Amino acid sequence: MTKTTVPESHRTHKYIDPEKAHQRVKKRVMINNIAHVLFFLTIVFAMAVLCVLIFNIIKDSIGWLDWKFITGKLSIKPEKAGIKGVIMGSALLMAVVAPVTLFVGVATAIYMEEYSKKGAIHALININIANLAGVPSVIFGLLGLTVFGRLFGLGSSILAGGLTLSLLVLPNVVVASQEAIKAVPNSLREASYGLGATKWTTVRKVVLPGALPGIMTGSILALSRAIGETAPLVVLGIPTLIMKIPTGVMDDFTALPIQIYYWTLDTVLTKEYANLAAATIVVLLGTLFVLNSAAIIIRNKFQRRY
Amino acid sequence: MERITKKVRLGSRLEKLVPGLLLAIASISILTSIGIVFTLVVDASHFFKEVPLSEIFSKELAPLRSKDPSFGFLPLIMGTLTTSVIAMLVAAPIGLMAAMYLSEFVKPKMRRILKPIIELLAGIPTIVYGFFAYNFVTPLLMKWIPDLGAKNVLSPGIVMGIMIIPIVTSLSEDAMSAVPKVIREGAYGLGSTRLETTVKVILPAAISGVIASFVLAISRAIGETMIVTIASGSSKQFTTSIIEPMQTMTAYIVEFTSGDAGSGTIGYYSLYAVGLLLFVFTLCMNLLAKYIIKKYRREY
Repeated sequence: MTKTTVPESHRTHKYIDPEKAHQRVKKRVMINNIAHVLFFLTIVFAMAVLCVLIFNIIKDSIGWLDWKFITGKLSIKPEKAGIKGVIMGSALLMAVVAPVTLFVGVATAIYMEEYSKKGAIHALININIANLAGVPSVIFGLLGLTVFGRLFGLGSSILAGGLTLSLLVLPNVVVASQEAIKAVPNSLREASYGLGATKWTTVRKVVLPGALPGIMTGSILALSRAIGETAPLVVLGIPTLIMKIPTGVMDDFTALPIQIYYWTLDTVLTKEYANLAAATIVVLLGTLFVLNSAAIIIRNKFQRRY
Repeated sequence: MERITKKVRLGSRLEKLVPGLLLAIASISILTSIGIVFTLVVDASHFFKEVPLSEIFSKELAPLRSKDPSFGFLPLIMGTLTTSVIAMLVAAPIGLMAAMYLSEFVKPKMRRILKPIIELLAGIPTIVYGFFAYNFVTPLLMKWIPDLGAKNVLSPGIVMGIMIIPIVTSLSEDAMSAVPKVIREGAYGLGSTRLETTVKVILPAAISGVIASFVLAISRAIGETMIVTIASGSSKQFTTSIIEPMQTMTAYIVEFTSGDAGSGTIGYYSLYAVGLLLFVFTLCMNLLAKYIIKKYRREY
């Protein structure tokens, strides 16, 4: 048996020097605390940016955003300009987007969750929707320009813009609706079948009502994305200054984000256009705030947990 | 009795029709994809037929020159890369630190309050960010960098970075939160501090999700349009200086469709060529993100 020899240095020195160890722990804790503060500051940074952004826009819009601005007609002269036609344009645009996306989106989701077998078509549509969600919005503009604008001859009308935006936000609505339909428990469906209901009746009377709050929340959020989208509409070639207030879906139009875009570009020529753009942004952000609040209220109030 | 049979019969006919109808509607999304690829490829092919590849990869972009226009896309690619890199330099560290904070340093209750605040940044329309970059960030930066042009790539790059912070934070936070508790507690049990646990244990375990979030954020930055259209200008010079204006691929599409090019000209078809390039870039990025998640995800 070999005898283990303890080196001389180990007998005279301790394995761990408590003083040094304490120093090391102190250092580690300090680094940890610094990181904690630093990480927290990133959240503060995000909030600060939001505040600065909103504060600046409101500051620029003060004195410009009044009732006359909201109800007036567009004009080249900044002090006379109003955005009634612009608001009407955005409203009509949403009047196209909302029903189209809701109809197509929910029907797609019902097919995916209730009817299709989990096979090739199911996978294809799912992958396809995931990929569509990642396509830049400006590409949708090119699609709209070619298909709706040129091929269908819709030009740069509200209908062309609305259909383009509908395709853009379709993935959002489909995914939200799928989630909502999945959340309806199978026992409800079984009960419905047990009462002799057919599949379609079950979907219509049991699944859809149960999924409705989730579908609504998702659709409103999609709508609030559509209302702020600029690039696809600009690509469609919306004319710069439209004095006429649009009344139907075939009219040429301008919408809130487009008007912001042109006014921001034109600040080089007339400085006051920046104020007009800011005032329009306040209107746009106000609309988004209302829409998002509605979505949150619907989710909290009506969403059932099974 | 007869009425009931009639009703049932009608119902069963409807029953047979419904799946077909729904499939027809569901195929709209597939038609959209086909439509995108088709329009881009068909119209871009006109362009590629007329313009030699050597010209496309040159630095000279002068699409509106009446005599012998030139279509070198390198300035556009440079513009897109530069703004995206600046954006990621902002979004990657801030977004990741915010994600580590939300996932490891605060209680779940606090997280539920703080996360939506970060995500608010993603809800603001890009046109508003464009206005902000042009009217606030650029003048602010001019105070420190006197040579900065009124249109430059630095300011929209930074603002775009702020816009994509939520993408990085949200996805990274999800990935880190998904790391099982036992692993975390193992690290604490060995005496690690919170930071050491986060950086040396949680982050490596969630790395696939974090990298995927970076890739998706880059893809978003490449496709972002309005911020760069407004704040980085339409200069078609090839430059590497970030205080000078550059044009991105997306901004080129917007500038050209706003009425400069008549249908059927090479300039018009060049839009689709740039669009195709953009589409391929972002698609590759998105597929790469999906691949990373699938390949490197660890199952616990």
